[in-house]
Amino acid sequence: MVKTMTQLMTEDGIRCDGRRLDELRNISIKVGVLKNADGSAYIEFGKNKILAGVFGPRDVHPKHMANPDSGILRCRYHMSPFSVTERKNPAPSRREIEISKVIKEALQPSVILKDYPRTVIDVFIEVLQADGGSRCAALDAASVALADAGIPMRDLVSACAAGKVADRIVLDVNNEEDQEGQADMPVALMPNLGKVTLLQLDGMLKPEEFKTCMQTALVGCKRVYEIQRKALMEKYFQNGEQ
Amino acid sequence: MNSQILDQLKRDKILDLLKTGKRIDGRTLDEQRQLIIETGVIPKANGSARVKLGNTEIITGVKIQLDKPFPDLGDKGILICTAEILPLADPNAEPGPPNEEVIELARVVDRGIRETEMIDLHQLVLIENKSVIGMFIDSSVIDSGGNLFDACSYASVAGILSCTVPKWEVKDEVPTLVEGVTSKPPIKTLPVSVTMARIGEYIIVDPTKDEESCMDARITITTNSDGNICAVQKGGSDGFTPEQLVQCSETALTVGRKIRKQFEQLM
Repeated sequence: MVKTMTQLMTEDGIRCDGRRLDELRNISIKVGVLKNADGSAYIEFGKNKILAGVFGPRDVHPKHMANPDSGILRCRYHMSPFSVTERKNPAPSRREIEISKVIKEALQPSVILKDYPRTVIDVFIEVLQADGGSRCAALDAASVALADAGIPMRDLVSACAAGKVADRIVLDVNNEEDQEGQADMPVALMPNLGKVTLLQLDGMLKPEEFKTCMQTALVGCKRVYEIQRKALMEKYFQNGEQ
Repeated sequence: MNSQILDQLKRDKILDLLKTGKRIDGRTLDEQRQLIIETGVIPKANGSARVKLGNTEIITGVKIQLDKPFPDLGDKGILICTAEILPLADPNAEPGPPNEEVIELARVVDRGIRETEMIDLHQLVLIENKSVIGMFIDSSVIDSGGNLFDACSYASVAGILSCTVPKWEVKDEVPTLVEGVTSKPPIKTLPVSVTMARIGEYIIVDPTKDEESCMDARITITTNSDGNICAVQKGGSDGFTPEQLVQCSETALTVGRKIRKQFEQLM
């Protein structure tokens, strides 16, 4: 335990990658990076490199999945075999299937699907290189890609994790901290509506720490939102209008 | 399409009742259904339990066998929880590979037991990096009546509490089974999973199948005996406000205490 603590954090709260407790990793988002997709985004979030492409609204295949009252949203989160240290089997793992589901459910409240009955909006996410917090980064890119596709939305979805490392609550857990730390809590927020659309936790938190950890993550989500917004503005309002 | 109309009608009825503080089966908002736990139902397994939570019914078996540790976790035994919905449990369940709902169910049940550190995995090591005891906790939903997350979790915990671990002795670097000697599993804490659903602005504990069919969002929170929050999973196609989530974490702790008392009687 003592060994882990000296590795992950110095006594004055500097983390293993040199960040302060409440500091995000470097984030950059590019909008409209794919020619074929209706909307797309590329995000670099620390060492994460993730592409998101959106297709639709379009016909649903297989047909029985179609909903006559509303469009449906489908999501696939996939990691490239070369995205992690040990080669990953390209077939979707149980972890990837679960993450696809929680990402879909995190995006769903933001998308106005009622306008597109009998159609599907497909969100494809490819993790080219994975670091800690890839589901949050993927979600950030996917939400921007949906906006880029011109899908009517209630809000963007901004995601960021917080966690507990060496007995302290930290923002934006990286890979080492995720492996060795005490808790990891990915959170997604619709910032303008104040609604949390993804919340997961593994680790051990006292009830007060649970609240602080969530608040910390929410602050991170709001900062990510500004970066997402800026990326979209750069593509659509280059001349500084609006 | 018919079922969509029915779900809308159900939702209207359930919401109308919730406005008066009642639920369709007469429970209060933070009241769980009756939990009945029976253990030792499958004598060929090392541990087993049959759990009824309202109309939901689960059978869990625990199998314990000699295994190799994971390469990066040579100082820990193996613990794997799975869950499946049998085709006989639900008209919509199908045989074949698990769909995303079932995978989520299994992973959330596993996470609750793993992250609370219910079992001291270090005590399952026979020869470091070489030979460990593996515990496989497999749950089958045999009747699905809503809130499979909690029901599978309770059945898994009950199965573990009821199990006896065979003894292996290490002779010349080879573990050999000692016939007729067993021990209790090394239990550190009792995880209790509490699932809540949000319908409109109301948050209800332990949703039935009808309530699940019209809920906006769902959250499962697992706590341990020391009152820590160890695993969370939000589901469903809408969200929660941060205030609602804090409220849910408090409910999970209070409701969890009652269930934990029931587990303690099994020890």
